[in-house]
Amino acid sequence: MKQDWLPPLLIPAIAIVALPLVGSPTSWVTLTVAGLAMGLMIFIMASGLTLTFGLMDVLNFGHGAFIAVGAFVAASVMLAMAPWMTAESLWLNLAAVGPAVLAAVVVSGALGWGFERVIVRPVYGQHLRQILVTTGGLIVAEQLLKVVWGPDQITLARPAALRGAFLLGDVAIEKYRVLAVVIGLAVFAALAVTLNRTRLGLLIRAGVENGEMVEALGYRIRRLFVGVFVAGSALAGLGGAMWGLYQETVTAAIGAQVAVLVFIVVIIGGLGSVGGCFVGALLVGLTANYVGFVAPKVALGSNILLMALILLWRPQGLYPVAKR
Amino acid sequence: MAEPLLSLRGVRTNIGRYHILHGVDFDVPEGGLTMLLGRNGAGKTTTLRTIMGLWRAAAGEIRFAGRDIAGLATPDIARLGIAYVPETMAIFADLTVQENLILAARSGPPDAARLDWIFGRFEALKRFWTLPAGNLSGGQKQMLAVARAIIEPRRLLLIDEPTKGLAPAIIANMIDAFRELKDGAASLLVVEQNFAFARQLGDTVAVMDDGKVAHTGAMAAFAADADLQQHLLGLGMGEHQ
Repeated sequence: MKQDWLPPLLIPAIAIVALPLVGSPTSWVTLTVAGLAMGLMIFIMASGLTLTFGLMDVLNFGHGAFIAVGAFVAASVMLAMAPWMTAESLWLNLAAVGPAVLAAVVVSGALGWGFERVIVRPVYGQHLRQILVTTGGLIVAEQLLKVVWGPDQITLARPAALRGAFLLGDVAIEKYRVLAVVIGLAVFAALAVTLNRTRLGLLIRAGVENGEMVEALGYRIRRLFVGVFVAGSALAGLGGAMWGLYQETVTAAIGAQVAVLVFIVVIIGGLGSVGGCFVGALLVGLTANYVGFVAPKVALGSNILLMALILLWRPQGLYPVAKR
Repeated sequence: MAEPLLSLRGVRTNIGRYHILHGVDFDVPEGGLTMLLGRNGAGKTTTLRTIMGLWRAAAGEIRFAGRDIAGLATPDIARLGIAYVPETMAIFADLTVQENLILAARSGPPDAARLDWIFGRFEALKRFWTLPAGNLSGGQKQMLAVARAIIEPRRLLLIDEPTKGLAPAIIANMIDAFRELKDGAASLLVVEQNFAFARQLGDTVAVMDDGKVAHTGAMAAFAADADLQQHLLGLGMGEHQ
């Protein structure tokens, strides 16, 4: 099977180019791990969005709501379990973080189910209305978060076992970033196995290409789409919980803020492509960290510039999905 | 007289504000091959898509095996035993040939004997089994689109222009395949522009003109009536090969 290796090669290429610019190898390693961790968290949040667009051409600008809800729900659970969070025991820490993440995933997934039924379903096939209605949904969700959790930001300390860094010689690698990389890679592996090794994955990939033909073969693509939408929302909730711990603060705007990066990643990757989303997320994470270190003043626009360059090279994204 | 497998009565279809079908009536007999002919824009593709539920009939009745299917969703229509090969082929380009066929075989892994039979007709599919379907040539994609429809026995096959862009040798294979399917109790409704192909294969014919069926009958009689062909299809004698 012919594989296009050029896009993933951009990841080491960017890292190699950044090495002389950063100067110090220890700083470079720290930035690289930080970039990979950030990229993988964004990938977790973006993977569901790219699939829902690919399957049903749904432009969901409300995806940030699931991220924010995940962050708030996880924060609430962790704050309620504060004694276990602050205990110097990895197991007690995990006993607090695990249910928090699970709650974030379940609540965001359930919200996704309701969002699809109430907000997305009436506007299938109407892109302009989708943009307006889902953006409205995001605004309403943000305000509801303020109503439920109050207008102030929530400070969220990481559990004791995830504070600090691993020291490898002169290089310090934050423990939490290592965990984010591990979870991100696990999510990617699970998605890759599901999409490439199961009949469900085959249906999703076929549906992304041509939903009408999948229906003509006798499969109900609407049900498939709802399942993917809920799974994507749940993943966004997981990403939101992780992002909240990464930032150590949670605000109602957390979803909208990170959604900009999520959209950049989805566009860079090629709408509907999970592999492209993975590569795009790593490129965005690395670029943000390297540029933030080398030239902080242009850091804000670096990902927009990256997106522009990639779209000049491949106007349909890194891995364009063959559409009907 | 036996009840037809598929029967359309007064079917009207609108796409947006355009009225495409103006009351289509014809039957597809059980176990036969019906050719749906007509000039470009006559409404043939719209008729197949309407039967398949991909476009909703605004009025009229579509009966399949005695059941009205006009209001059913496309997957439910497919599950009644109707397979569809669109004019665009609609193969899944990012999936391999194997994955395309696995997906089309709804009831489980493709039957080995059936697969061998398909490979006998369309050898290229075996050769490119693990390649992404997007890498196939136009003719090979057409073979895959047809193979996907016949990977499992279906009661009715709706096939839109199967010979489009195909080499003569492959067309001959396709004729053999359709004949064997017919002998195996499948019924076929085939939209075709290639009249030489149509006359070889068709048992009955329905000719469409401007969103209606202008003629139905036996293919042999239609093939013998040059004036009728000229009138309905605009065919000259040179196109009768």
